[in-house]
Formats: sequence, structure tokens, C-alpha cells
Amino acid sequence: MSKIHITTKVNGEEVEFLADPRDTLLDCLRDQLELTGTKEGCSTGDCGACSVTVDGTLVCSCLMLGVEAQDKQIETIEGMAEDGELHPLQRKFIEHAALQCGFCTPGILVAAKALLAKNPDPNETEVRYWLAGNLCRCTGYDKIIRAVMDAAAEMRGAA
Amino acid sequence: MAKDTANELRIVGTRPDRPDGLDKVTGRARYGADISAAGLLHGAVVRSPHAHARIVKIDASKALALSGVKAVVTRADFPTGLTGEAWDLQENTMAGERALYDGHAVAAVAATSAQLARDAAKLIEVEYEILPHVTDVDAAMAPDAPIIREGAADHSVPEGLHPNVVRYIEFGHGDLEAGFAQADIVREHQYKTEAAHQGYIEPHACMGQMGADGKGEMWVCTQGHWFIRKMCTQVLGLDASQLRVTPSEIGGGFGGKTTIFMEPLSLALSRKAGGRPVKIVMSRSEVLRATGPTASASMDVKIGMTKDGKITAGSATFRMQGGAFAGAPVDMALYCAFAAYKVPALQHVGYDVLANRPKAAAYRAPGSPMAAFAVESLVDEMCTELGLDPLEVRVKNAAQSHETSSFGPKFGVIGLNETLAATQAHPNLSVPLGPNQGRGIASGFWFNHGGDTSVSMALGEDGTVTVSIGTPDIGGSRASMAMMAAETLQIPYDNVRVNIVETGALGVNEPTHGSRATFATGKATVEAAQSMIVEMCKRAAAKWGIEPEAVEWRDGAAHPAGPNAGEYPPMTIGEIGAAMSNTGGPIAGHHESVPAGVGESFGTHVVDVEVDPETGRTTILRYLVVQDAGRAIHPAYVEGQYQGGAVQGIGWALNEEYVYDDMGRLQNPVFLDYRVPVASDLPMIDTVIVEVPNPGHPYGVRGVGETGIAPPLPAVANAVAAATGVRMRHLPITPSKLLSAIKASKNG
Ligand code: FES
Ligand code: FES
Repeated sequence: MSKIHITTKVNGEEVEFLADPRDTLLDCLRDQLELTGTKEGCSTGDCGACSVTVDGTLVCSCLMLGVEAQDKQIETIEGMAEDGELHPLQRKFIEHAALQCGFCTPGILVAAKALLAKNPDPNETEVRYWLAGNLCRCTGYDKIIRAVMDAAAEMRGAA
Repeated sequence: MAKDTANELRIVGTRPDRPDGLDKVTGRARYGADISAAGLLHGAVVRSPHAHARIVKIDASKALALSGVKAVVTRADFPTGLTGEAWDLQENTMAGERALYDGHAVAAVAATSAQLARDAAKLIEVEYEILPHVTDVDAAMAPDAPIIREGAADHSVPEGLHPNVVRYIEFGHGDLEAGFAQADIVREHQYKTEAAHQGYIEPHACMGQMGADGKGEMWVCTQGHWFIRKMCTQVLGLDASQLRVTPSEIGGGFGGKTTIFMEPLSLALSRKAGGRPVKIVMSRSEVLRATGPTASASMDVKIGMTKDGKITAGSATFRMQGGAFAGAPVDMALYCAFAAYKVPALQHVGYDVLANRPKAAAYRAPGSPMAAFAVESLVDEMCTELGLDPLEVRVKNAAQSHETSSFGPKFGVIGLNETLAATQAHPNLSVPLGPNQGRGIASGFWFNHGGDTSVSMALGEDGTVTVSIGTPDIGGSRASMAMMAAETLQIPYDNVRVNIVETGALGVNEPTHGSRATFATGKATVEAAQSMIVEMCKRAAAKWGIEPEAVEWRDGAAHPAGPNAGEYPPMTIGEIGAAMSNTGGPIAGHHESVPAGVGESFGTHVVDVEVDPETGRTTILRYLVVQDAGRAIHPAYVEGQYQGGAVQGIGWALNEEYVYDDMGRLQNPVFLDYRVPVASDLPMIDTVIVEVPNPGHPYGVRGVGETGIAPPLPAVANAVAAATGVRMRHLPITPSKLLSAIKASKNG
């Protein structure tokens, strides 16, 4: 099958790649653009390890085709720290020991950032339901939820 | 040897940022599938769609005709003549005459892209002759069960049992009949648990490269790269030291990444493809169908108890299937069954049974959760019947330090009493419960483990220190090793860098399993630091012209040991490092051993649930983990182990199970259907770290990873019983099962 030329923006930078029509956006990010921070845990939309935002909307990049990425604004974990400065969520995850193996972490950080963009002051239940599509097998979620709530508080200037 | 007071410690017990934290929150950390190499090929595996079938013919000609397909391997490409566990591993890696379970590998292909490899795999034609199969443990022992493998049983199995029973174990002590006769009530029930998968979010991934000279390289996500080296070379008939294995970061293991699955295939394919590197990444359904879940269990337990709650006797008969190979953890389950109790008379009997399912791998405290479910459920039932407080009954019968354990050996110093006392004192126990709510309590146990351990440490020219260890970091262990090294050397935490090094760089290390990393690698790290201190004191002594014994190490510097040693200003680790080329050359420390002094860990969990009487759905309202850590090096990561273990246990109790259809095909090989707990299923998980130091570790560490998965299974079932009056003796307690049981109890 012939490949399709795609031009799009990832983390603010213009990129181009050749996508097999069957390649997912996740495949293209990882294999064509060497952005391996976005993880594959299931490829069926069930684990959230592949979470990215496309034009501001949180998506499972394993459920979107690479060829659908033409002329989008894609944000991945690699773009979360700005100019070497960690995002508050990233800092709070380290501080709260909210990761063990760290494999779910990129997806959860991207998803949590999308939550805080929508709702800067979520309660615990709202955080739990928003992150229900992001599986973590190591932590039991406790420290993840605390880290997100703490980062939200800091970002609101409440901490 | 353990330091008695936490006061003397400066770093142990604090919560510094983990050294790999930055890499892991920025996406920079490289896991199994994140590797690439020049000339890379991608592998795909052809798997049996049948539970049990003779492989009549494999025809790869159509696949090989595709441009870009570089190699196909089948069992014919592997050496013959292996025996025992090595044969089992080889047979599980690639089926020989018969496919033994749904998902069993039968061929593999390497091609220039992952898509092409998958396309090619579909073109490999396999002709099967379907054979009768069995997946249930009790059915597999029945007289008419199909024989999975003739001659697989060892000498332990008494005559007259079905050939699917491949191991038998029996032990106990005391006069069982007299014990039951002393009891006021004797109760006996059957309990069942289903196979659960470790469920690590990172699927297995590796990249293997091997030339015609039999020298190889592998990059792999694993809990133990020396195990990978040993097993891959055994299966392929190669010399262990010719394969160099580098561990990637690992996205969870829980015991499931201590063995091989497709790793040897990448090497076999690479060798056949002219030495080009071959990467194989499993899909989620391959992980669920073909890598190690744990065993399923069918268990009979009988207990005698006096009216005041003294346990007089107990017996446990456990049957477990661990797939088509010997190795269900029935022995471990039996050792754990009554470990929390001191019982005058006990009998244990176990059967390890073959079934047409994937080869079971270790899963967090292998065997202990099933055993805890059976025994702790029955103890709870009897407490309810006698109107006794379940915690007090556990206190009354608690196993004690230095006394003989239920499984034979004497315990060392254990913290069960302290754990139970801390549980009794916790505020969660006095929270009032509403309608349809119930509280469940249960204890659990794990031995912990030493194992082959090798650590080396080197001083830098600026006085900073590099530690090389061989146990992959799955949950913050780099931090705890750096903390123990810094504590021992009395230097800042940030002056230590811990690297997990490849198989060529250290002696053999067992994996990060058995809750051993912080205990064994930690102990070896401390020993290595001590040996480096001895050398640094020698250098200072030589400079000062005094005996090395007259030098002592404190505050990160060599000092004269006392006024008699002479007056010299302290020589800091930085000064010693800067001068080392002129004082005798590089300074390093190392330690190799099988660390003795393993300390067992007990835990007790308390859970409050609410059951919806309309739907049968169980909601966890409150959850408490109390466990003896010995000493928590980094308390945040100890809490994390407690919380993670508890939630895996909750999943096993409420949702998770392997579901097979009547053809023996796995029906739920995706996360949507194999449902692990998600954030919205859970409350915060409260923890109490009890610290009864292990005298066998310089800082008192026991190991904390595994105990925590055992108590949730019975604790949840006990809470459901308290909430509904219905006793669920077969996990998982799914809403539909519980609803039918509630209805049946109302009609009955
Ligand atoms: S990899 Fe996309 S949701 Fe799991
Ligand atoms: S930290 Fe391992 S899956 Fe979340």
C-alpha cells in the first residue's frame, strides 16, 4: 500500500511523515517521529497510555489514524515541560511518588493536563472519573489523585 | 545488626525525589518497545487458536514469498534433547508436536516492518488436528479428563492419580484428630479463585540480535536480565556468557516478567536473518493469552475452634492448575495458608495439575492470595458464628517470633503482633456503617527472599559515587539504593548515582522478585559501601603514616580514630577521590552473596464496602493496609507498594478472571473485558507502616512488595458477607454472581 504524506504540528513544531494508511497516530508518533514518550498498552482504547491532545481534545492516539493528523495541533508528553521547566503536574508526580514503573505516567499527565484546562478546581471524584480511562496497575491511584489535586491547587495559586 | 533507632539515620526514612523521576515524567525513559537500531526487523508470532491440537503441518511458503520477509522460525529451528524446566521453557516458547493452549506460539516471522510481519504471520498456514481439552482444575483431575502430557508427573505423585497431576505435596504437624476433638465447632468449606493476570500496562517487548557465531545482544523489559540470559541460552542451546542482556526500563512486572516468552524467538529469527536485529512487541491480547497469569485454585479448608476463639486444628487441601506445565504455586500457597496462626495440629495437601491454559508465571506472593482467601474466609465465618471479634481471634492465635511456623522452619523476629495492634488502634475501625455496608478484616503473609546478588560501587574523582546494581527498578528502588549507599558513606543523596547495568557488568543477579530488591540488593549495596570505606580509610592511613585500624569513617570523611591515632585534619571523600591516582589507583567496592537474614512480612487489611441490593455491585468505601516493613527506606514507595498490592487484590476479588469458552478459547483477552480496577472504582488507600526491624538487614529492611496482595481477597469477601449476610466462596464477586446469591438466600 502506498504511503501518504502528512504535514502537521506536534508540540508546536511543524513535522512531516509518511503514513501507511493502516498506521495509527500512535505508530506514527513513535516510529516515524521517534516520540516514544507516548506509550502503547493495549491499542484498543482501554488503557490511556497513548493519550495525546489533538486540537486541544484528549484522544487515545491508538484509536486515530496517522493520516487523520493532517494540519492538526498535537500535544504529547514531550511537549509538556516548557523550556526545560517542568509543568506543575510533572513536578507534583515526582514529589508525591505518583509513579512506580512510570509506564502509565505520560498518558496520565497528558490526560490530567487536559482536565485542568477544562476544570481548574476538580474535586476528588471528578479527578477519579476523568482518569478512569487511564489504567495504572502499580499505584492503586491514591498518590496519582493526590498529585493531580495538589498541582491543581498550586496552579490556582491556592497552595 | 539493625540500627535500633531511626534517630541515628539521616537519609533512610526520608522522601527524596527518585533519581529517575525526571526521565519518567518527561517521556524520556526508554522502555522495552522504545528501542530501534540500524537494519531493524520486526517480528510477529503465529499462535494457536485451539486449546489443544496436534500440529500436522506448517507451510510458510506464502509468507516467505513476500518481499521484505526475512526469516521464519518454527520448533524445527530449536535444538532437541532438552529436559526438565529447560524443556518446559522451550516448549512454551514454541510449540513442538502439539499446541497446548489457546495462544501457544507455533511459528514466528521477521520482516522489514511491523505491518508486514503481521501480514506475513497471517500467511503462514498451520494445519491442526483438534484434540480434547480441559481448562478447569477439578475437571482436569477427573478420571475421564484428557491427558495433556503423558509422563509429566514427578516421583512425588502417589499412584492412582490422573496423569495431569504432576506434583503432590503433603506436610503437617500435631495430632489432627485430637485437635478437631478439642474444638467446640469444626467447619469445612470449599473455596475457589480464578486465574488473574499480573496486568502490567507495558506489554512484553524485546530486541534481539545474534550472528552465526552464536554471540548475541538483547534489549528487553524484564524483572531480571540474568534470568533472561540463562533461559534464552538454554532454550537455544548456547553458552550463557555469549549473550549480553541489557534491561530497559520496565513498565510493571509483578512476577510476570521473571521468565521468557517470545525473547528467544527474536534471537532465533535474527540468526536466520543474517544477524539483523529483530524487535518483537506483544499486543495486549498476546499478553493475556500467552504470558503468565497466575494459577486458578480449588481449595478445601477445615478448621476447629473453641468457643473463645482458639484454633485447635486445621487442614487445607489445595488443587491448582498452572497451565500446561508443572509449576502452579500450590506449595507456596500451603506454606502461607496458616502462617499467621499458631495451631497445635495442621495438615496440608496439595496437587499441581496440568490444564490447557498458558504456563502460569509468578504473580505477587505466588499462592498466598488464594490461600488467604480460603483460610481467612473460613476463620471469619467461624468468628461470625461464634460472635467473636475477628481481630481479637487473630491476636489470640497469632504466630510469634522465634517460634515454629505453620510450614516448618522457625520464624525470626516477626511483627505480626505489632501489626494487629496497629490495626486495632486505627480510626477506620470505629467509623459507623450504614445499611448495606459491611467491614471485612484479613491478614496475609509473605516470606521475602535473598537470592544471588552482586553489586559494585566506584568512587569518582570528585568524591561522588556510582553504584552498579542488577535488579531493575520497577517502583523506585534506585532511590532506596542511593539512600542506603549515601547513608552508609555519610554523603549527600544527590552525590550517588545508581545504574542498573547489563549482564556483562556484574556477577549473576536474581530478578527484582520475591520482595528482594531493597533487602538483598540493598544489603549488598551497604556491604559494597563498607568495603569502599575500608579502602578509603587505608588511603588516609597511608597518607598519615598510621595503621588503617586507627582511621574511622564519619561524616563522609576519614578521621583519626581517637587521640592516640594522632592529630590530622579529616580527609573527605572528595579529597580521597581527587588523590586516588597517586595513592594506589581507582577505588571501588563490591559485594557478591546470597544475602542471609531474610525477614518475613505480615499485613492486615480492613475494608468497608457497600453492596447495591438492586445490582449486586460492590463499592469499596474505605480501605486500610497495615503492614510490617521492618524499616521503610523511602516511606512513599513503601506506601505505594501497599496501595498497589491492595488494589490488585481488590481487582482479583471483584472483577478479574480468565473466562474460557467451551472450546477452551480465552474470551476476554482485552482490557475492556479483562477489567482491572480504574481510578473511579476506588477510594484513597490508607496505610500504616509498622516498623519491627529485621535484624538480618543493616537498616532493618524486610521487603514489602508482595504481602499486600493476599489480604484483599478474603477481606473483601468478608466485608461483602457482613454487608449482605451472603458468603461468597468463589471469586470474583461479580455483581451478577452476588445478586443471584442474594436472591437465592432470600428465597431459601
Ligand atoms: S494504547 Fe491506546 S488506549 Fe491503550
Ligand atoms: S506506575 Fe506502573 S502502571 Fe502506573
